Amino acid sequence: MAEETTTGKPGSRSTSRKLTRRQKQASAFIDATTTGWKMMLFKIIVLGLLCATAVYAALVLFMNDRWLVGSLVLVGAAALTWIYLKRGVLPAKYLAPGLVFLLIFQIFVVLYSGYVAFTNYGTGHNSTKDHAIQAIMLQSQDRVPDSPTYAVAVLEESGDLLASDELYFAIVSNDEEVFIGSEEEPLELTTEAQIEEGRVTAVEGYEVLEFRDLLERQTSITDLSVPMSEDPNDGYLRTQDGQRAYVYTSRYIYDDAADTMTSTETGVVYRDTGEGAFIADDGEQLMPGWQINVGMDNFVRAVTEESIRGPLIYVTLWTFAFAFLSVATTFALGLFLAMVFNDKQMKSRKYYRLVMILPYAFPGFLSALVWAGMMNQEFGFINNVLFGGASIPWLTDPWLAKVSILIVNLWLGFPYMFLVCTGALQSIPEELTEAAQVDGAKAFQAFKSIKLPLLLTALAPLLISSFAFNFNNFNLVYMLTGGGPRDVSAGVSVGSTDILISMVYKVAFVGAQADYGLASAFSILIFIIVGTISVLAFRKTKALEELN
Amino acid sequence: MAMTAPGPAAPIAPTEQKVGPVRLQWWKFGRTENSPLTRRHFKKWWRETGWRHLVGAAIVIFSVFPLVYVLSASLNPGGTLISANSLFSNISLGSYVELFNRPQQPYAAWFLNTLVIGLTASAGSVLLGALAAYAFSRMRFTGRRVGLITLVLVQMFPQLLAMVAIFLLMMGISEVFPALGLNSQIGLIMVYLGGALGVNTYLMYGFFNTVPTSIDEAAHIDGAGHARIFFTIILPLVSPILAVVALLSLVATLSEFVIASVLLRDPERQTLAVGLYQFISQETSQNWSVFAAGAVLAAVIPVALFLLLQRYIVSGLTAGSVK
Repeated sequence: MAEETTTGKPGSRSTSRKLTRRQKQASAFIDATTTGWKMMLFKIIVLGLLCATAVYAALVLFMNDRWLVGSLVLVGAAALTWIYLKRGVLPAKYLAPGLVFLLIFQIFVVLYSGYVAFTNYGTGHNSTKDHAIQAIMLQSQDRVPDSPTYAVAVLEESGDLLASDELYFAIVSNDEEVFIGSEEEPLELTTEAQIEEGRVTAVEGYEVLEFRDLLERQTSITDLSVPMSEDPNDGYLRTQDGQRAYVYTSRYIYDDAADTMTSTETGVVYRDTGEGAFIADDGEQLMPGWQINVGMDNFVRAVTEESIRGPLIYVTLWTFAFAFLSVATTFALGLFLAMVFNDKQMKSRKYYRLVMILPYAFPGFLSALVWAGMMNQEFGFINNVLFGGASIPWLTDPWLAKVSILIVNLWLGFPYMFLVCTGALQSIPEELTEAAQVDGAKAFQAFKSIKLPLLLTALAPLLISSFAFNFNNFNLVYMLTGGGPRDVSAGVSVGSTDILISMVYKVAFVGAQADYGLASAFSILIFIIVGTISVLAFRKTKALEELN
Repeated sequence: MAMTAPGPAAPIAPTEQKVGPVRLQWWKFGRTENSPLTRRHFKKWWRETGWRHLVGAAIVIFSVFPLVYVLSASLNPGGTLISANSLFSNISLGSYVELFNRPQQPYAAWFLNTLVIGLTASAGSVLLGALAAYAFSRMRFTGRRVGLITLVLVQMFPQLLAMVAIFLLMMGISEVFPALGLNSQIGLIMVYLGGALGVNTYLMYGFFNTVPTSIDEAAHIDGAGHARIFFTIILPLVSPILAVVALLSLVATLSEFVIASVLLRDPERQTLAVGLYQFISQETSQNWSVFAAGAVLAAVIPVALFLLLQRYIVSGLTAGSVK
């Protein structure tokens, strides 16, 4: 190898092709030798930690019967290890860390939204049918009259690693046989137990909870119901004190063959009619239901149900108006100010700029909250001081609230536009305007037909992304008006200043009834709108074609 | 520079020829007011420059008055919304003290959480973004153009659009790994890092392209490997854009409400945005002064950073657009 470095004098008889090969060899040599042992050690430690974590995570996932996710974790870790151990594949080495997070928390969640939009996921429909049956039976339990009392021992799995914190009940039957079970696993016969005075004192693989532990985990113990057998109709074992357990049965009987729930009190039969819940003939639903695939139902509801369609159209129109007007007002003020202060004669320009940055620097959510206080109808600064005690409903009148939002957004957004417009203006040569003026154009005319088009071309991508930002400007709307004043006639909780994204938030997370399915359907709608706009806009500005 | 032929230095000509009217000295107006010449000058000055100061004054008032208002409200202990209206009628730091003595609203914990989450997420974002930008700027590989276009498009879809799915995903994770799922700050940071590539890479990519490749090549010939070139040569050269991206993503994390409010449930674990919003919606106008104090303290760090780094920010913002 030492030869390589001494002989290759450029310009000697070697052909250019040979030189390139040699250069290649040399650079490979450099790469190989400069990856020092420290770097290698660091690489091995990090990859080792990664693999160890991945194997542990996969084991936990497998124990929870999540085979697909567990396998994906393993495959991912293997892929990362391969990328970093293999020589070459440089781009992958640099892109992988960011891509991992991007794939999970941006790409996957979008696809998952798409999936949820086709389900009835939400309050009362957030689990499987088996869980729903169990929950219904658990909700309405009575102690079986004259049933025996069992001396119970509360157990948990022994060992630290991989042990779940699930609790188990162990009881001794009349035949001195020991049964053990948990919430998930019905009572089962076990032979590996020791009994003292009719109570289980030790079971292999488990630890019996001491009295102190019982006190500590009191609520989870009293909430625990262990099924007597696979058939939920056989009842559940429950305890109040961790010492004595009784058999409870539900007021509902589940008929596996007919797939119905029957109330033992009223005799009403509830059937699974394919709507994700047991429904009686008179339409009464047993809650909770379970999660099912509802196809296009959420989208159909959004379009056909009057109480949702009306607000949805209204909110969509306002979202467009809000985003457009926000960009227009902030850009107009920002451009005006940039022109005013783009005069080299003017002194103290930088102090003005310093002050104008302040609204941009002040955290946006706080600005909205402070403005909400100032615009308070009764006590706010604006009504009480600036308008001398007037009672102007800045935030409570449907139309005025819209104006207020635009005013506050103007305050929040003009500094940004001012900064980018100043930058753009300064990059346009002054000679262009001067030339136009020499040709007899008035100042305004020169600006309108020369500077403005140049400015708009330069700033188009920023204006588009500003539009997209305001289209989803959740913080401002939610902090300033909370979307209000509320539209009481609407079937979903929306107000007259709600934009699409705050509507999604309210449908999914605000109030007692969460409807993740409908909320996801709305998010898909936003995705489609934003996607269409950006594709159209970028096609028009040709920004993407310049990428190389 | 070395190329210029050495020769006799050209004599420096007196360039300051006074062709136009004498440069105006506005502070002398009071003394020479009666002279018709200066009055004309004043008119000219007013028409060309003076009115700009009037606009400036108006915009300064518009920009500053909400901030002055909240500062005054925070110095008025025990103040309600209505008593905050008389600006600076009372000056005391009582509200700032009370802010840290409210067991229901653990402000200190919020502040610390926000700082930790914000700093970690923004440091992570800068690192992930810079790595990716380096790959896009310096390497040629299949799928590069598609990757760049995807990044530009992903930028248009903020993470909060998928908030429902993020919540359900984290709920699923917390069934298996409670330390990473709902109510976990590590989980929240991971979610924020998911947005890192989309938001930052394109801005950084533009800046990386302005650093000449000859620098890399020179370093390569000198025997530096790709990792060393990246960490010790390129990163220092692009530090302005790193500062901008770090600051912008720090500020974005500080103000982020939707995902933080959906994921973090315990008051002890929440961030300033979630905590202060709940504070104001629970107490409405009674404790306005305490809220104002909290707002002022929360704003100190971002405002200070903005003012310190304003030169970089301005150049970073315009770098994206003006080429």
